[in-house]
Amino acid sequence: MKLKTFAQGIHPPYNKKTVNLSIEEAVYPHNVIIPLHQHTGATCEPLVKVGDEVVEGQKIGDSAKFISAAVHASISGKVTKIEKMLHPCGVEVLSVVIEGSNSSTVVQRDSSAGEEKKNKTVDGLSPEEIRQIVKEAGIVGLGGAAFPAHVKLSPPKDKKIDTILVNGCECEPYITADHRIMLERTADLLVGAELVAKATGATRVLVGVEDNKHDAVLQLKTEIRKRHFTNLPDGIEVVTLETKYPQGGEKMLIKAVLNREVPSRGLPLDVGVVVVNVGTAVAITEAVRDGKSLIKRVVTITGSGIKEPKNLLVRIGTSFKDIVEQCGGLTADAYKIVMGGPMMGAPQLSLEVPVVKATSCILVLSKSEVKEDQIFPCVKCGRCVDHCPMSLLPTRLAAYANNANYSEFEEWGGQDCIECGCCTYVCPAKIPIVHWVKLAKLKLRQMK
Amino acid sequence: MSYLISHAPHIREQRTVPDLMKAVMLALLPATIAGVIFFGLQALALIIVCTLTAVITEIVCLKLMKSTVPVNGGGAAITGLLLALCLPPSFPVIFAIIGSIFAIVIGKQLFGGLGYNIFNPALVGRAFLAAAFPVHMTTWVMPFAYRGVEAISSATPLAAMKFSQQSTSSLSLLFGNVGGCIGETSALLLLLGGIYLLWKKVINWQIPVSYLGTVAVFGGVFWLVNPAQFPSPIFQLLAGGLMLGAWFMLTDLVTSPITKKGLWIFGVGAGLLVVIIRLFSGLPEGVMYSILIMNAVVPLINRYTRPRILGQKK
Ligand code: SF4
Ligand code: SF4
Repeated sequence: MKLKTFAQGIHPPYNKKTVNLSIEEAVYPHNVIIPLHQHTGATCEPLVKVGDEVVEGQKIGDSAKFISAAVHASISGKVTKIEKMLHPCGVEVLSVVIEGSNSSTVVQRDSSAGEEKKNKTVDGLSPEEIRQIVKEAGIVGLGGAAFPAHVKLSPPKDKKIDTILVNGCECEPYITADHRIMLERTADLLVGAELVAKATGATRVLVGVEDNKHDAVLQLKTEIRKRHFTNLPDGIEVVTLETKYPQGGEKMLIKAVLNREVPSRGLPLDVGVVVVNVGTAVAITEAVRDGKSLIKRVVTITGSGIKEPKNLLVRIGTSFKDIVEQCGGLTADAYKIVMGGPMMGAPQLSLEVPVVKATSCILVLSKSEVKEDQIFPCVKCGRCVDHCPMSLLPTRLAAYANNANYSEFEEWGGQDCIECGCCTYVCPAKIPIVHWVKLAKLKLRQMK
Repeated sequence: MSYLISHAPHIREQRTVPDLMKAVMLALLPATIAGVIFFGLQALALIIVCTLTAVITEIVCLKLMKSTVPVNGGGAAITGLLLALCLPPSFPVIFAIIGSIFAIVIGKQLFGGLGYNIFNPALVGRAFLAAAFPVHMTTWVMPFAYRGVEAISSATPLAAMKFSQQSTSSLSLLFGNVGGCIGETSALLLLLGGIYLLWKKVINWQIPVSYLGTVAVFGGVFWLVNPAQFPSPIFQLLAGGLMLGAWFMLTDLVTSPITKKGLWIFGVGAGLLVVIIRLFSGLPEGVMYSILIMNAVVPLINRYTRPRILGQKK
């Protein structure tokens, strides 16, 4: 049987060598740096000041804006600094530094109601209550985009959501965090998906998984058979997809699984869908059922520049350096450090940056893997066109971007680019197409 | 310790522009060697001279214009070689040099160099030579004439067909034992090179398939109507420069469309033109003009075959 997928895209070498390594708890950090901006949307205001004692799980930053996500202390200790510090996205962001103490009290959010809530089953919660808990827990999309989860759970009244799509594609090479989550946290994942359905009024859940994660597909299917989903009249199902990058992109996933097309400049909810990543679903379960805020996430530390690649459960704010040390350190020929996958990840200046909510992976490539190719003029080979999952003409967009011809850039669909990098991956002339396209999009945002 | 900062994606497909060019050179090798075997040292001299001239001209141009384009792209060598392959074996070397310079300077650099030329540079050179030296460009020798087998000049199979309704056996056409340009005589060896390029995914399969298919079908219609006057589709496919054009010239990346639909329109359009020129114009062969004409409309084709963006209204 031919597996479902989207049109075009690429098949990069996957190099998922950490796939069989279980998630381990990372070493408790001595201090953490918690940026007040780890999500799409408004930066948080600090809720603590220098010298304050904070406890693990305590909210230390929040914003009055709807599109934002609260941040929490990931360890107990004392606030020693609140200042601008380097963020893995490459700019300086106001951050709270916490020096750890030995006491390890954990704050249960809403602790007065804690007992009562535990008795209340998950079923007893209203959609609004679920949204509120998710918002308080500071949950964002953990696939890498870091979009605040409570916003996704609040579709406008006129948009009917029928399907929750759980994203288990993990189409970026090297990363195995989601794969491990699907294997090790299967039940929590399904509970989370059901909660999302309840919050949005959807009646069914589909879990999209690529066929290179066959064990995860089987495990999910077994777990689904064991459980009963009262809130999902139309059921829950696993959909196996052909392995192809960038299937984890929301638009691609929706096209692959449901054959629906998110309108240009639109959102998944325009076609009745909410997409959640598997890690996000687990975080939602932990928040709603266990009262935990988002202070840890699973990170894959891998690449030929890492001595002992691992999948670690890391406290937000732990420095890359601490994490890399736990993985045996860097090899002598480590040459490029990336946060995220090799296709869309952000290059890092140093290891002195904290793990943030969007850190799915710390990838270290060695010199031999990083080729610095000579750039040629575009030879109009059309490869970028053949592989663009959005059916754009990347060569043209790059040319318009480069000539600052922004009106033509928009006219030819530049704003529809999902920045997946397929065009650049296949380009024999080694033109940094997606980089130019991103710059043009930035320019257009600034002009508006 | 400092680390490399460069933009995503951090991994790339291996293949580079010089790799593509090398593959094309390799694919042309069998037909080139056959050309030398058929037509002897004169052919070899033309091949070497044209290729070298093109490369040197390109280097000089890039230097003069202080261009940042790397010179090792390899495109110039292909232009020179292709030009040589579509010259008659007895063509004077000195004129060939002029043609080769013309191809690079006018056909390529004047448009802005690699990637910006509208017309296939080798064919620009050839068109120039055909206009400047019409007699030399239509003087043919039979293969192995250099061994004194049959030293008289002969008409190409297409000209024989056109002007005296003489057909040439398909087998001769396939193996190349016919009069014609250096590289276009053996359909079989050209096909071999073409298939290699398809296999290596250097060229788009849509172009040769639509081009050759159109010539066979459209040419076949005339043949069915009047087999006495018009050549068979097999003859149409195997004779003249069609194979060389279909696999190595029409498929030139720079001068062909970038959209899938565009590739079909391009190939079919060129195919129709070949048949019309061959059957109804004063010229025996139409491959060169079919390609040049279609090259000219590529920007239009690209514009009107723009793919529908995902999520855009149907
Ligand atoms: S143009 Fe944008 S969407 Fe298309 S392949 Fe390039 S980065 Fe991806
Ligand atoms: S892949 Fe690169 S060389 Fe080919 S058309 Fe696109 S931009 Fe040009």
